[in-house]
Amino acid sequence: MSVALRPDLALIAAHVGPGARVLDVGCGDGALMAVLRDTRAADARGLELDQHNVAECVARGLSVIQGDADADLAYYPDASFDYAILSQTLQTTKRPDLVLGELLRVGRKAFVSFPNFAHWRVRASLLWGGRMPVTRLLPVAWYETPNIHHVTVRDFRALVADQGYKLEGEWFLSGDHAISPAAAAWRAEHAVFLLSR
Amino acid sequence: MPEPVLQPVNDTLVLPAPLPLDGGQVLENVAVAYETSGTLNSDKSNAVLLFHALTMDQHVVGTHPKTGKPGWWAKSVGPGKVIDTDHFFVICANVLGGCMGSTGPASIAPDGQPYAMRFPVITIRDMVRAQVALLDALGIEQLHAVIGGSMGGMQALSFAANWPARTRAALVIASTARHSAQNIAFHEVGRQAIMADPKWKGGDYGSGKGPENGLAVARMAAHITYLSEEGMHEKFGRKLQDRAEKTFGFDADFQVESYLRHQGLSFTDRFDANSYLYITRAMDYFDLAEEVPGEDGGGKLASAFAGSEVRFCLISFDTDWLYPTSESRGIAHALNAAGAPVSFVELSAPFGHDSFLLDVPAQDRVIAGFLG
Repeated sequence: MSVALRPDLALIAAHVGPGARVLDVGCGDGALMAVLRDTRAADARGLELDQHNVAECVARGLSVIQGDADADLAYYPDASFDYAILSQTLQTTKRPDLVLGELLRVGRKAFVSFPNFAHWRVRASLLWGGRMPVTRLLPVAWYETPNIHHVTVRDFRALVADQGYKLEGEWFLSGDHAISPAAAAWRAEHAVFLLSR
Repeated sequence: MPEPVLQPVNDTLVLPAPLPLDGGQVLENVAVAYETSGTLNSDKSNAVLLFHALTMDQHVVGTHPKTGKPGWWAKSVGPGKVIDTDHFFVICANVLGGCMGSTGPASIAPDGQPYAMRFPVITIRDMVRAQVALLDALGIEQLHAVIGGSMGGMQALSFAANWPARTRAALVIASTARHSAQNIAFHEVGRQAIMADPKWKGGDYGSGKGPENGLAVARMAAHITYLSEEGMHEKFGRKLQDRAEKTFGFDADFQVESYLRHQGLSFTDRFDANSYLYITRAMDYFDLAEEVPGEDGGGKLASAFAGSEVRFCLISFDTDWLYPTSESRGIAHALNAAGAPVSFVELSAPFGHDSFLLDVPAQDRVIAGFLG
């Protein structure tokens, strides 16, 4: 397995069954897809906005389409994948709720990972500094961040409950350490959820 | 160190069987002129078929016999190059209707006279059918890949949709699944320019000087569509040609005029006017959804690819307004709907439609990666 795989991606990779059909939405340079293909014999497809990333993916022999999560998921048939994956992308979409619905239309299950905006460092930055946080996970200043819909662990759980989706699994990370669900709201830097309809 | 000179092999096959055409006619003794580079391996699994664009031919690598210039994709095809002839056996055939050795309107009909306008109207699929017959003759059951840009991309799509078992992969560059009204309109301008030239003589200009002025104008109009507005501005702007002042006349004052006139005239040295009519017609008729209606017969592009196991890769260029990105994206969506493994990327390049022939490093990475 690739040594450089981000902890949340490694977690997702570990929970994808062998031979699964997988759509990685916002697949970046294809690191997760390559691991899924090579270690899980997955039939992995990708959707990615950035042309340089898409070129990199195709150069790795991956099947990736240039497009964006908000507009292009509509072109995939219902239940055409076992898993749809949206890692570190939800908070950059125009309508995260609609994208989530589309993920669970094209995929029987969906992995969603995002940086937790209620991590204690974020809270401290707002509470004591009165400033939007610039942290390890959110390294870009408010005016140029691609993250236009910041979300917390509790926000996400509430959205899942509102939409009536089924929570199949949840994992929380600080760096590459696991955090218990009870402590996640404050201490998780990353959250990974597995959902179904 | 000088680059090793690649010596391609040129040959012509006369098809052993008559070739049925989409228009209902049958052509006998069809010649297919082709160039190969590299070596076909023992199990014949390393062949790549390149399809050429409208005004090109089988001379991908080798020096062009009429112009003396290097082949049209010598930059990308050769030992150690993007399409590596140390690994792949690369085939390119002059299309049916062409004028570089394959049967076309300038060929001699059974009655001993050139076909001229008696040549049947052909389609993109007819061109592909002739090349499938070539593969049959070469004993190649399944290609590693088909590759084509522009009209070559149409042939690659038609090949993959109509003969899906004959290739493992299809790479389609700067192309479209059907000609738009605008595409047809530009071609019609070209055809009318040829037909309006008195030297065209209803196509019966024989082997002498044909409608050179008409063909040159057709080429000029088409050439504009191959360039981007930005690219033209950068290359020519409003610069004057070898003069300090406007002449207040209709000589080629501007560099862009001089350039287009040169493109038009030099084209007539190497291309047959009737071939231009027939090949542009085939492109205008192309509509993949109509060509392969699928089981539902609904003319939906996705049906053309139903059940396809061919791996696809589509490349478009952001400055190509002839076959813009939306065309390639539409094909990618259709392939997705059919469940086919497909990649699609729009690359940035300043050269318009012609970008696929020029130096775009990102394209090289994508092609090499896709071919594996």
